[in-house]
Parts: sequence; structure tokens; C-alpha cells
Amino acid sequence: MTTSTPHLKLSGLEPLHLTPETNFVNVGERTNVTGSRKFLRLIQAGDYAEAVEIAREQVLGGAQIIDVNMDEGMIDGVAAMTQFLNLIAAEPDIARVPVMIDSSKWEIIEAGLQVVQGKCVVNSISLKEGEAAFIEQAQKIRRYGAAVIVMAFDEQGQADTYDRRIEICKRSYELLVDRVQFPPQDIIFDPNIFPVATGMEEHRTNALDFFKATRWIREHLPYANVSGGVSNVSFSFRGNNRVREAMHAAFLYHGIQHGMTMGIVNPSLLEVYDEIPKELLEQVEDVLLNRREDATERLLAYAEGLKTDPQSDTVQKVEAWRSEVLQDRLTHALVKGIDSYIVEDVEEARQAAARPIEVIEGPLMDGMNVVGDLFGSGKMFLPQVVKSARVMKKAVAYLQPFIHEEKVAGTQSAGRILMATVKGDVHDIGKNIVSVVLACNNYEIIDLGVMVPPEKIIETALAEQVDVIGLSGLITPSLDEMIFVAKEMKRLKVRIPLLIGGATTSKAHTAVKIFPETLDTIIHVNDASKAVTVVNQLLNKKTGDQYRADIQSEYESFRTKFLERSSSKSYLTLAQARANRLQVDWENYRTLRPKKEGFHTLETLDLNLLLPYIDWSPFFRSWDLHGRYPKILKDPVVGTQAQELFSDAQKMLQQLVAEKKLTAKARFGIFPVNRVGDDIEMYSDASRAECIARWITLRQQLQKRAGEPNLALSDFVRPKTEGEVDYMGAFCVTAGFGTAQLAQAYEAANDDYSAIMVKALADRLAEAFAEYLHQQVRTHYWGYSPEESWSNDDLIQEKYRGIRPAPGYPACPDHLEKKTLWEVLKVEETIGVQLTESLAMWPAASVSGYYFAHPQARYFGLGKIKDDQLIDYSKRRNINEEEARKWLNPNLI
Amino acid sequence: MTHIEDVLEKRILVLDGAMGTMIQGFGFEEADFRGEQFKNHPCPLKGNNDLLSLTQPEAIKAIHRQYFEAGADIVETNTFSSTSIGMADYQMEDQVYDLNLQSAKIAREVADELTAIQPDKPRFVAGSIGPTNKTASMSPDVNDPGYRAITFKELVAAYREQVEGLVAGGVDLLLIETVFDTLNAKAALFAIDELKAEQGWTHPVMVSGTITDASGRTLSGQTVEAFLIAVEHIPLLSVGFNCALGADQLYPYLKRLSEQSGFYISAHPNAGLPNAFGAYDQTPEEMQKLIGSYLSDGLVNIVGGCCGTTPEHIRLIADLATKYTPRKRPRS
Repeated sequence: MTTSTPHLKLSGLEPLHLTPETNFVNVGERTNVTGSRKFLRLIQAGDYAEAVEIAREQVLGGAQIIDVNMDEGMIDGVAAMTQFLNLIAAEPDIARVPVMIDSSKWEIIEAGLQVVQGKCVVNSISLKEGEAAFIEQAQKIRRYGAAVIVMAFDEQGQADTYDRRIEICKRSYELLVDRVQFPPQDIIFDPNIFPVATGMEEHRTNALDFFKATRWIREHLPYANVSGGVSNVSFSFRGNNRVREAMHAAFLYHGIQHGMTMGIVNPSLLEVYDEIPKELLEQVEDVLLNRREDATERLLAYAEGLKTDPQSDTVQKVEAWRSEVLQDRLTHALVKGIDSYIVEDVEEARQAAARPIEVIEGPLMDGMNVVGDLFGSGKMFLPQVVKSARVMKKAVAYLQPFIHEEKVAGTQSAGRILMATVKGDVHDIGKNIVSVVLACNNYEIIDLGVMVPPEKIIETALAEQVDVIGLSGLITPSLDEMIFVAKEMKRLKVRIPLLIGGATTSKAHTAVKIFPETLDTIIHVNDASKAVTVVNQLLNKKTGDQYRADIQSEYESFRTKFLERSSSKSYLTLAQARANRLQVDWENYRTLRPKKEGFHTLETLDLNLLLPYIDWSPFFRSWDLHGRYPKILKDPVVGTQAQELFSDAQKMLQQLVAEKKLTAKARFGIFPVNRVGDDIEMYSDASRAECIARWITLRQQLQKRAGEPNLALSDFVRPKTEGEVDYMGAFCVTAGFGTAQLAQAYEAANDDYSAIMVKALADRLAEAFAEYLHQQVRTHYWGYSPEESWSNDDLIQEKYRGIRPAPGYPACPDHLEKKTLWEVLKVEETIGVQLTESLAMWPAASVSGYYFAHPQARYFGLGKIKDDQLIDYSKRRNINEEEARKWLNPNLI
Repeated sequence: MTHIEDVLEKRILVLDGAMGTMIQGFGFEEADFRGEQFKNHPCPLKGNNDLLSLTQPEAIKAIHRQYFEAGADIVETNTFSSTSIGMADYQMEDQVYDLNLQSAKIAREVADELTAIQPDKPRFVAGSIGPTNKTASMSPDVNDPGYRAITFKELVAAYREQVEGLVAGGVDLLLIETVFDTLNAKAALFAIDELKAEQGWTHPVMVSGTITDASGRTLSGQTVEAFLIAVEHIPLLSVGFNCALGADQLYPYLKRLSEQSGFYISAHPNAGLPNAFGAYDQTPEEMQKLIGSYLSDGLVNIVGGCCGTTPEHIRLIADLATKYTPRKRPRS
């Protein structure tokens, strides 16, 4: 599995990836002497055997990392950390997950780093003791091969405001990345979770500041992760677990929405977000999001009422859900992971059903689907899902004897099926259900369980002479694993039909990626009921062969069609592509000399000028409303919403313009150039004595129809070999100054709608400015078409002569060109627009690009390029191939 | 001097084969191991193969030469056990720096000799760094799982001494091999990274793990990917597998590694699995055929042999390697 962006990878005996697709990683917190009295007692008493059991419970309960902390005055921390980590290293079911070495003492951290063979996490370091110590510790951590949690803490103390949080995180990040060469994906920030509802005025925004700082980190510090100790937030409610559970769930829900990727969580103190009573949730969120002046008082009063009699309270709670209808009771039991009543409920369902199997296929699956949806939307977490699975298993186990009984006695097995969840994946609910369903249809099931290595699958399949192999998996890497199994079967010439199933699998993936690797039939089967039909047909003695042939041709044609849509293209070598460049009659082309050569700056342009140039269609698209403006306002489906949005937008726009809340600026220039190879040389003046910059353009390599050229932007510029000098322009416009402050103010008032709106409008204004400025350049500054008069629609349809392509867009996907543009135009010095490390423009509502005026100049997409151009490019750009690959990755074949 | 990275872009490089198997062929006895220098050493020295670099340097040079002549691009120094930890069994801890220095020097000498004859095929010397005979993340005592016979600090100190000798003796690269406990390998990487920072050299580093059996894990229990993640914090030239398995058993693990690593990939498997007498029966032709699937499937950049392989094995592998293009590193 290769992923295009760097991400945090950890390992115990097994790997753990934190990719952008990973929902959330929860860290077990019970092996911590400061957080668990029981663990402290065991360590103090030297009862390490029991202490190890706590670690085991954590992992079995779904902890993906375990935090180990031995910071207690009466304990020899170095010895205890070493001993405990050595002991869990000997327990494969604990050691499979990575360790988090948690201490405020460096010598304890280092002792831990010296006994862990996988890649662990250090929790934590900070700038508390100054830069020198911070850098030295980070260097050592890198050398030991660990990731690191960085606390938002510096010489002045712990960050307790939004500004201090981001200031410290930014400073820490820059020191780590620039000075220590610490891999940015191995940095995890802990921007401090502090208690809320303490009654202190300055604590009102504690949670909100954490959320906002989290979002800022994820947006501005590339690849870094964010973590935190969640139970801190509810410190004021110790002793009131219902409030604490609700608060943790709500905090995590919002934290994840803001980009939190990891957290130290006690699963037993965690409610399911959707199960929090509405009133409690509202009050908790009022406090977390600081939505009301009296939020704290209200929650305290409410909490007081909850506390009265915990015993009777629990009983009442139980009774309430027990009186609901059967399906609701089953769903509730599955979602909450309560197994106390599952057998009686399932029995009731069995008596109501025609066949016992229908209980599984119907009500139980419906309940599990609710669990799946909640998990997928970040409202349930792995430990809770594990509990749900446990209840489901109990239910299925109860039903199994009835299902067996139902089978006709004495009939022969209809066939032998091997079932396995592939290596690296532990999800087996779907697989188990399919197994049960097939078994009750008289198939003999050989279930190899979860995390089954390919060798074992194949070996067993051959030894047991199975008729079909069913592979299951829920997480994305399982897709690759299934390909791997198929390849291995092919290599060893094992001809057995494969069934593929599981949440992330799809017919497309099966047909395109796995099918070509199979010798026999492969079928994607995503529900249990379909599995029986498929297997019946596959193994039918009379029609089986025909069915297999049909399936094979179905998958072949599905695959071909899929690929036709995406690729099946051939590419030219770079030399061939260059030979097929755009043919321009330079001899008879009269160079368009600019009326106003050189550099220009526009400051504080009147926003009124830009209003006519706004293209509204993309504005609607940014709100997920699809359609062209103005027709979209009358669209039968989204019309009403579009109208509302448009009217809100107009109101805000008027206000922005009238009150001059945004500032628009531009920097641009037109200067002498010539094409040299695929580069464009830029000169200080028309004598061409001094080359002051080199623009690097990329050429299309896709094989074109006869007569179609393979374009590069440099084709629109006169070659140096063809005589005189030519001209091109470059520009940067912005309408973004002021946006961030406005959006922040809206966010602080919890008005996300307006915050998004102001950003979307600023974007539109920046685009409008680019359009306006281009027109000014054509008619005035360059002045090659002084008399043009196009309507806005014509402008949107680009009817005018000349183009303004932008780096980072299809004609020039190379973002590095922006660096040249910034240097040449001195953009930052003149109008203050900055480039981030990943070469995004700041403020975001900015547009930059080139101007080409040749009548044959047009927009195009570069498409994919081959390695020969990549290598050529890296030499021209003077960077190594690896870096070039990084920048051009989406365009590489 | 030619950079090995440049050559790796162009072709598959061949590593040498077994050292122990070749040394056995000389039939050295106790007196040969001792030589003049260690005539009066207090304990038996027969079996201390690394010592032969000091006492029988011509034999070791002859082995290096045979491998180079068979087509190897890289030979490994005769230093697999040359750490204070490995030499403790022979009471020779004080000889460690010298052992590494001399082993590197003699391999360097033969490599330069062959490169001079055939400049378009530059020959490289890899300093062999073995796992030691102690494990940092496993207890040797089943009744005391928390016990460790060696600490990380002790390993770092031992590896520093070995690496200093190898670098002073002129190796081109460092090969941490037969990693059965990843924590030991991390100590070696730690030592190398420290020395690099202190002494300013930049020798490329290869890491080669060992998958012990069909569980697909290292002896210390890590899966292929967990192992890779645990060693990739230091920029490596290559990562790969060697020893314990034959080329066919190693295939699936190598394939997995090849798909997941952005480094170059190396493999030097054994000549099959040992027979009932502990000897390796796989013929050069059989092994060539199996290595052929590595090459045709584009799995490797560096390939050679471990236990039981001979110059003839390497000759056939080297012949075949010229016919294939090297694995392309996945884009990451």
C-alpha cells in the first residue's frame, strides 16, 4: 500500500496507520498511575502480573495505542517503566499495539524508548524549559525512531488562549521541522484540554479555544496530528458520571469535526453521542461551545438534578428502554452494547419469525446498520463498536442451535466454503453472518477467523479441498490484502472461486483490481442473502460452468468499461511530444508591445468595480448546490435553497462593499521574454542582455489525434531562435485581506454559516478581480485589444483574446512556479500576499497566474506526463527527482 | 568514486554469498585460527570465523575475490560477529576495533583491485553488522519475561565500536543484517546516526531483517510492515530480508515489503531450507530459477545469497540479474 501523502505510522508487533481516512485513534489510559488508582496500587505493590492484565483489557476493549505513565513520587519511574514495558513486550496480544510513553521526566521517557522495538509515541515534550532542551530531546526521539506529542507549553507557561496555543504550536513545529528535520507527520500536538464550567469567566472558552486551535493546526501545520486527554474537560463534574460521559462524547464529536485525530479516552466514561438525552446534550454543548451567558449555571443546576439518586435513576433508565418495541430494544442493546436482555429479546424475535435465520438477516442486521452509521459519522468509537459486536455475537450464538436443527437431517453437505477476514483486519461480523447463512443452507464452513495470512488461506483451501473461498474485510488496507491473496493464488496456480465482501469492497475494485489477478471466478458479494444464490449457482453441477463463464465475461466487460472511462491512453516520449508542439507562424507574427511595460501595483481597489465581474455558479457549487447561475435559482430541487442563499449572499456582499470590510490589491507586470526549449526566459529589458527569471512549463504527452498538438504554455511565446523579443505577463490579485478576521468573529459568535459565507464571497471577489484586471491589461496596460467590449457572460465563456492560466491549475499544475512568480513580482513585499510552505496563497482569496496574448493561446489540461519529462523537469528545476515526484505526483502516470 | 545510488537506478546489484560455507572449505584447525598473533590465547578459538581476517587474511581475500569474479557487485566484510558482545565468547572483546578495521581493509583492497580491472563495474564493500547473540526485547528466561540479557545502551556502545572500525577500514556502506529483534537493529541505527552526526560521514545504510518461519514475522514477533515502520526513521539505502528461509518461502514477505517501502529492496535468502543434517541442498540452478521470479516480478534492487550459497550460486544469479531491470521504487 502506498499513499501519496505522508501520514503517521506507528507499530507494535503490527502496524497502525493514521491516514486522512482514519476515523479517530483512541489511546487507552488505564495503565497510568496518575489516572488509575487501581493501576497505581498494583505498581506500588509490585503486582506487575495484575498490572499487565489492565493493559490486556485495554487492548481487548479496543484501545489502538496504550498510554503508560509511571509518574508518581513514591515510584522509581525509570525502573517501573522499563519493567512494565518489558513485561508487555512478552504478551503478543498486548504488544501488537504501539505504546505511548507518558512522562514529564525525560529520564523515564528515555528508559521507555530503550526497551520498545516498534515505533512508539513519546508523551510529551514542550518548550517549557526553552529551545535548547526541546531541540535536544526531539533529536534524540527522532534517533530512537518515535513519534512525539508536543504540549502547547513554553517558557511563559501553558497556553490557555487560542492565540497562545497556535503561537506555541507554530513555533514548536518550525523548530522541529526546520531545525531537527523531524518528520512533520510524526508530530502530534496536544493543545491542552482544560476543564469547562468551572465558574471562572476565563474558562468559558476553554473547549472552544481547543477546537479552534485544532482546526488552525490542521490547516496550517501540514501533516501534524492533534491529540488530547479528554477526561480533563469534565473535571468540574467529578462524581457525576452521566454528565461526564455526555461531555466526553460531545467534546470528541466536536473535536473530531475540527480535526482532532487522536485522544486519550476512558471508554467506560463515554456515552454514544446520539444517545445523549437531548436536553443534556444541548446544555453540555452550550457549555463546550460557549453558546449562552448562563450555560454553566444551567448545566450545574441540571447536573444537580441528575445526581439525586443514582440507584433509582439507573432503574428508571432501564425501564424506559425496556418498554419500547422489539426492534428498538434490539437496536438499543446493540448500540449501547448491553447484553443483559439480548437472549430474551432474540428469543422473542425468533418466535415471531418464520425461520430463525430471519432474525439475523432482519432485526439484528438493522440494529448493526445503525451502529455502522453512527461509527461512520464519528458518533460512535471503536471501543463502543467492539461492545456492539459482542452483543451481536451473543445473539447469533443463541440462534445457531435453532438454525442447525432446522437443517434437514442426513442431507449431504452442498459444498465446502472457506471463510476468512484477511490479514491485518479484525472485523468479522459480516463474515460471520455470511458463514451462518451459508451454513444453514447446508454448506460446510471452514472459518479461519480474523487476520488470516494469505499463506494460511491457500494452504487450508488446498488441504481441505474447499469449493469456494470467501474473503472479508472492513478497512481500506484490506483491499490491497485481497489483491495480494489473489496474486498468491495465481502464482501458486490455485483455481478456486473467490467471494469478496466487506464494507469497503466494491464491484469496481473487485473487477478492476482483483479480477485480473484471478485464475478462477471472482464475485463481489456484499450481503448475506446474495451469498447463498451466488454459491448455489457457482457449485451447480449442470449450470455451474456456464455461470462461471457468464460471471467472468461480466467482470471483464465491467472492467473494460471502467478502464475506458479512466485510461486506455497511450503516451508519447518527451522528444516526440516536443516534436509535436504547437505550430506558430512566428515569421508573420507581429509582437504585441505593451503600452505600459514593467511592474504595476493596485492598492485598495473599489470593490464596487468588481461586482459586475462575479461568476456566481462556482459560489453555489461551494455550497454543494449544483447548477448554472441564474438558472439554478429556478431549479426544481435546489431552487428555493439557492434563492435563500443568494439573497443572504447579496446582503452580506452589500455590507462588505459599503463598509469596506475587505481590501482588494493587485500586483502585476508585463515583461520581455523568449521561449528556450520548454522554458520561458524573462529579461530585464528588450535588449535581452540579462535573464532575470526562468519559467518552467510542462508539455502534454498524451497521444493526440492527428493534427492536434502536444501543448505547453511556452508554445505561446516566440522562441529565442525566431528573432525578436516577445512579451508575457504575470499577476497576483487578492480580495482576501480582512476575511480571516471577519470569519473568526463569526465563528466566535458560533455563526458558522456567516463565517463560510464571507470566505466564499471573498473567493468570488478575488476571481472577479482577476477577470477585471485581465480586461484592464488587454485594453489598457498591454493594450492589444483596446476596443473590446464583452458582456460578463462573454467573459465567463472566455471569448476574449489571450489567457491567464494559473500555477496549480490544469495547464500548469506545478505549484513551484508560484515561487518564481513571487520572486519576480515581489508579491509579498508589495501587496502582502504570502505563500505557505505547501505553496498555497494566504489570504486564501487570492488568484495568481500568467498572461499570454498570442491569438493561438488557449487553456488546456496538461494531463499525465511520463517519467522522462519528470526527470527532465527535475533537472531544469534543479531539484532531485524525489522532490519533483512529490510536487507533480497527481500528473504522473 | 561511483555513487551506489546512481548504479542502483540503472541495474540490479548483486551481493555476495555465504562466508561460513566458504571458510569451512579451507578446513582450518585450531592452530590456523590462532595464527602467530593468538598462539597463547587463553581459550579455544576454532569457529571464530571473524578472527580469520587477522590470522588468515589471504583466505578471506580469496573468498571475496571469488565472489567478485562470480559477478557480485558488493561483498560483505567478514565481521558478522565482530562486536564486543559476539567476541565475549572468545574473550576477544579488546580486538573488536582491529577485527573490523582489518576486515574492511582486506575487502576494500580486493574491491579496488577488481574495479581497476573493470572500471565500468565498480565493486563495493558493505560492512556486515550482525544481530549479536543477545536480544534486547526478549527474555532468555521463560520464568522471568521481564528480564533482558542485554540493554539498548550496551548494544549502542558495542555497535559504535564496530562501526568506527568498519568506516576507518574503508567500507562503502553499512549492512545491518539478519535482524531478528528489531530493537537490536534500532540500537545499531542509533549508533550509526550518532557517529554520522559526530564524525560527518554519510555512508548509506542497508537494513535486512529475518522472517523466521511461515508466521511471516520476525523472531521478536513483528509483521513485515511493523518491522519496516520501526526502522524507517533513519534514511536507508535499502531494506530487505535475508537468512532463515529459502528464496521461495521468502517470496510473499519480500513482495509485501517491496510494495510498502520507498527504499530500495534487497534480498539474500538461504540456499533453501536446511536438510536433516543442517546442510543446504539447493543447487545454483534451482536457486537461480527461484530468484528469477523476484527479478521478473520486479521485487528487488539488490540480490544475493545467505547460508549455503556459493560463488556458483552467485554466478548464476548475477547472470540472470543482467537480463532484468531493477525494481522501481513506489512513489511516496
